[in-house]
Amino acid sequence: MKLNLKVWRQRDSVDKGRMVNYEVDADEDMSFLEMLDVLNEKLILAGDEPVAFDHDCREGICGACSMVIDGQPHGPQKATTTCQLHMRHYSDGDSIVVEPFRAGAFPVIKDLVVDRGAFDKVIQAGGYVSVNTGSAPDAHATPVSKVAADRSFAAANCIGCGACVAACPNGSASLFLGAKLTHLGEMPQGQPERYERVVNMVETHDDAGFGGCTNTGACATACPKEIPLDVISQLNRDYLKATVAGRRNRG
Amino acid sequence: MHWTAPHFDMCTGVVATVTSQKSPRKDPGPSAPARRRPKLPGVLLKFVMAVSGAFLLLYLVLHMVGNLKIFFGGPALDAYAAWLRTLLEPAVPYEGVLWFVRVVLSVSVIAHIWSAVLLTLRARSARPVKYAGGNHKVKGSYAARTMRWGGVIIALFVVYHLLDLTTGTLNPNGVHLQVYDNVAADFAPSRWYVTLFYVLAVVAVGLHVRHGLWSGLQTLGASNNRRERPLKIFSAVFAVVLTVGFLAVPLAVTFGVV
Repeated sequence: MKLNLKVWRQRDSVDKGRMVNYEVDADEDMSFLEMLDVLNEKLILAGDEPVAFDHDCREGICGACSMVIDGQPHGPQKATTTCQLHMRHYSDGDSIVVEPFRAGAFPVIKDLVVDRGAFDKVIQAGGYVSVNTGSAPDAHATPVSKVAADRSFAAANCIGCGACVAACPNGSASLFLGAKLTHLGEMPQGQPERYERVVNMVETHDDAGFGGCTNTGACATACPKEIPLDVISQLNRDYLKATVAGRRNRG
Repeated sequence: MHWTAPHFDMCTGVVATVTSQKSPRKDPGPSAPARRRPKLPGVLLKFVMAVSGAFLLLYLVLHMVGNLKIFFGGPALDAYAAWLRTLLEPAVPYEGVLWFVRVVLSVSVIAHIWSAVLLTLRARSARPVKYAGGNHKVKGSYAARTMRWGGVIIALFVVYHLLDLTTGTLNPNGVHLQVYDNVAADFAPSRWYVTLFYVLAVVAVGLHVRHGLWSGLQTLGASNNRRERPLKIFSAVFAVVLTVGFLAVPLAVTFGVV
């Protein structure tokens, strides 16, 4: 199939950037990234600079791919990363607009590649638990209820791709933040730092230039891992307990 | 059980040479030498917005229910207005309760607008570039998308409303405590455009409440996976009841029901 691509080209972080039209011949069995690979081979043969984009596992689990396709992070398929989006969802002659994630905290480095280092800072501020290293603990030494385990696991599905930020009209990373806090906060192992964690991560989140949440739900709709919106409620509740109620860590 | 951040520096080929460049963004991390004063946390601003919104919403409910007195006749409405001023006398002075409510409302309005302005400014810088593709619309319900401009419209309406039915400045009758006569003159059929303006403003309030109530509950941590849908439905029903209650009075006067 023949596709008309409109791709954001930006030489480096200081370049103003612009949309460039390309025509590409794609196969319906290709993934979106493979289609871009075909475009890049064509560009390289023609002596042009290939389109830079982030990618790694191409199995939908690493969180590296990051582009916005027709205004939607990771494209139109629900619960699908860009690498798992297949060209069979498009038809011959379609026009597709491809842009980088847009957020103040995610500056464009080149073409479709943005710097998501702000997420690493948020994780460094509290995305850890303290454990004794050494011999492995007994498997069932710390019981976890089924409800808590399920909720923690659902939040742990977050691959840190940043689609929530890209989709948010406020450039907020609240869904990411809520996912990490719920993931660790539902576990007994996450309790020692629980309230310190939420305060530190929220502060780092704001300092990194992410905006505030207006509960539009755009993030949960865009999330390729279907992180539920209620993790933001959890984030708010923990923050309230940590600040207004002055709750200290159990440890 | 250490959570490792997904590493974003794992790209190959063309990209790898690019990602090694240093980002021009200023590093605000803990390692930065001079720490600037930390921002007021956005979550805290949201709490301010939610709590002040709760006071405003509580007032709206009381206001709406009080308005319905008009359906018991003009004297009932006027008596209700007089009672509001003598409430809790002699423990509190004349109009004491009323002024207490007005002060709480004013503080709430200021807090609500202040937090909204700060968060809007942050949102602007957190999301500076619009997407070229797609339908350009911000995702979420119509009510969610119109919160900010809807809020501005409501604020302007409140100013007009106060000048109209509180101070009486813009009211054709405008006599203090002649509530029924003021309302009847305000929404007379010949002044249909005033009724229309009120209807539009009340609908704007309804939309604001529709998203605001749900959003406030989520901000205060009341939502979870099971409760999310019921809370959204509750907010929508609440907004509809409030809107219908407020619309009843001007429409009833214009169409000669009361």
